[in-house]
Formats: sequence, C-alpha cells, structure tokens
Amino acid sequence: MKNNIISRLQGQDLSCVRDDRILFEALNFELNVGQVLLLEGENGSGKTSLLRILCGFREPDAGQVLWCDNAINDSQYYDDMAYVGHLDGVKKELTVLENLKVSLALGQSGHYSIPQALAKVQLTNFDDALVQSLSAGQKRRLSLARLLITKKTLWILDEPFTSLDKQGISLIESLMTEHCKAGGMIILTSHHDIALPNVDVQRILLS
Amino acid sequence: MSLFYAFLAIIKRDLLLAVRRRTEIANPLLFFILVITLFPLGIGAQPHLLQAIAPGIIWVSALLAAMLSLDSLFRSDFDDGSLEQILLSPYPTSILVLAKIIAHWLVTGLPLLIVAPLLAVFLGMPTQSLGVLLLTLLLGTPVLSLIGAIGVALTVGLRRGGMILSLLVLPLYVPVLIFAGNAVEMAGSGLPVDAQINILISMLCLSLVLAPWPTAAALKMSVN
Repeated sequence: MKNNIISRLQGQDLSCVRDDRILFEALNFELNVGQVLLLEGENGSGKTSLLRILCGFREPDAGQVLWCDNAINDSQYYDDMAYVGHLDGVKKELTVLENLKVSLALGQSGHYSIPQALAKVQLTNFDDALVQSLSAGQKRRLSLARLLITKKTLWILDEPFTSLDKQGISLIESLMTEHCKAGGMIILTSHHDIALPNVDVQRILLS
Repeated sequence: MSLFYAFLAIIKRDLLLAVRRRTEIANPLLFFILVITLFPLGIGAQPHLLQAIAPGIIWVSALLAAMLSLDSLFRSDFDDGSLEQILLSPYPTSILVLAKIIAHWLVTGLPLLIVAPLLAVFLGMPTQSLGVLLLTLLLGTPVLSLIGAIGVALTVGLRRGGMILSLLVLPLYVPVLIFAGNAVEMAGSGLPVDAQINILISMLCLSLVLAPWPTAAALKMSVN
C-alpha cells in the first residue's frame, strides 16, 4: 500500500514521569528498516512505559514519536505496527484458530496463512484446542503467531521470551531475524541475551 | 468492506464467548425473573395494586439487570489484553466498540425481551399494553447498553469501579425509565403512546451515534 515510503520510527526528546519520578528524559532514537532496537534496564526503569508510549497508549510527558516523519496519530502507524505485551491478548475460552481469525479480521493478512503461522510456531495440531488448555509457553507462541498472520512492519515486543524454553527462544529469534531480513523492524525489551546474527541491533540502556 | 468484516468478527467472537461462558447470559436474565416473581409474594393478594405497578416493576428490573451485566462488557478484554489489541487495530475503535456493545445487548438485553411478556402476564398486566411493553424494551434496552458502555469504559481500569459506575450511569438511565414506564402505563389505559415511543426512538438514534465515541476515548484512557 505504501511501499514507496521508507518506514522509519523516530523518538524525539521523549521523557516519562511516573509518580514524580523521572523514568527517562530527552531520549532520542531512530529505527530504520531491518533494524532491531533492544531496550535494556532494571525492573522499573521504564522499559514498558516507553513501549506503551510507542504504542500510543500513553502520552509522553515531553517529546514526540514520529512514524515516517508524521506524528503517530496522524499517520498510517496502526496499519504497520503490532504489539505483544505482558498480557497475551488472547481469549482463553476460544480455540487457537478462533483467536487467530479474530486477529486476522482486525488487521490485513500478511505473509503467512493461519496454518503456516501455526506451523512456524510449532502449534500445528493445536488449532482446535481451547487456549486455556495450553501451557504458558504455548500461549506466548500463539500471541507471537499473531504477528505472522498480519502484515505489520514494526513489531513491538515486551519481554517476548518470558515462559519460553530454549527451543522456543531460538525459534522466536529466527522469526525475528527473518522479519528484519524481509524489511521489518523490531523494538523489544528482554532480560535474556538475544542472538540475532547479521542483524543491526541498537541498544538503549534505561537506568 | 474489511471494516465490516472486522465488525462482524468482533460480534461473532463475543457471542461465541457468551455461549462458552453461559453465566453472562444467565445472570441478568435470572436476576430479572427473580426480582419480578418476588414482587407478588411481597405485596400479597392485591392483584389491582400489582397490575397498577407492573410497568414500573418490569422496567426497574430490566434497568437493574442491564446495570448488573454492564461490568462484563469490557472486563475480560481489559484483563487479558484483548482490549489493547482492539485499540491498536487500524480500524476506528468506535466502530469496533459498537460491535462489542451490540453483541453485549444481544446477550443480555434480548433475552429480557423474550421473557418479558410472560412475566407481564404473570403480574396481570392488561393484554393491550403487552405490545407497547415489548416495543419500549426493544427501544430502551439498547440505549441502556450504549449509555452504560461509556460508564464501564471510564471505570474498567479502576479496581473497585462498581459503585462509581452505578452513580455515573443511573442518572442517565432515568429518562429512559420515565418515558418507557409512562408509555406502558398509558397503553394499559388505552391512551395513545406515540409521543413517548418517538422520544425513545430518538434516544436510541442519538445514543447509537453519540455513545461509541466517548466509549472509545474512555477505553484509550483506561488502558494507559
């Protein structure tokens, strides 16, 4: 739809104040196609707050977030971004397939069909299973499968490796590498060391 | 076209959830039936009194049943993060919210309509007012869901929002109660009720158009 414009996310002079405590201020960054932005910092250092500002859930106390040089509310930002947060965002009373169908209806279909995405995250035979019967790691992989079925350039991931085993982590890492190679960009927070070979990783340390 | 598809997907999802959960449908309906059947027991053998206050009983019970069911409108979506995903969708939040409200009404409002005639007969309401009762419920209960949605959206982020919700929403419910109750009563005495019905129709149209916007805005505030 907008392939002629090169996607770019910029944060300009961002600051966030919570309960009279400055979490971060005058934060600048620029994220281009194919890059990964890794937010590091201790618990409570404002990583999630920054992600929620980038999602538009929270207004920054100063500064602005720009998508392709436009403020995120005035641009096609929500066509291009996907967020996986602490909460899985899936309904536990619905089956895996029903959940993904709703996600698909809320966005534009992407590179992968639902069965292909399930195969990618190794949930192939679970499509008729209720989400409440899945393990925490499987739920996490399901919420990441959502990223694959919709066409989104920017992935915003809050602790994507929580409750995943070693195999799951390397699986997600390979999906992330693939996404960057295909012209996507990723912002994530993580406590794990991430291994993304041949991907341009920027780091911001919040303290 | 894809917006319409998303709209339908949300309605379908919420109806499916209601069927899987069941209590969501059963609670308000059971409350409605219980309150109405308790009145004759409390008042005793006074059929005329009962007949006279029947429109009021049915409408007050419907209103309280609607309020009781309001909290379930956004609660589970808020708790499991689905609400965030709905807000991040490229489609207008107000339209998706309207889909949620419609699904909620189908689950909690429509069943009241189905049992209301039975309960009206039970209270000895004159048969000529049954049609008007159904019409007022058909027009009035969606208004309750639509107005209530604004209140729930404002309070869903609070831990104990129940009390504030009723204080917020109840005053806005009063006009519906007055016009609907009055219409049913007038119909019972064979008087024309066009004016009240027209007012209810205009309330429905107004809230249908105006309620989704503040609801969407309030939800955005609540997830912050």
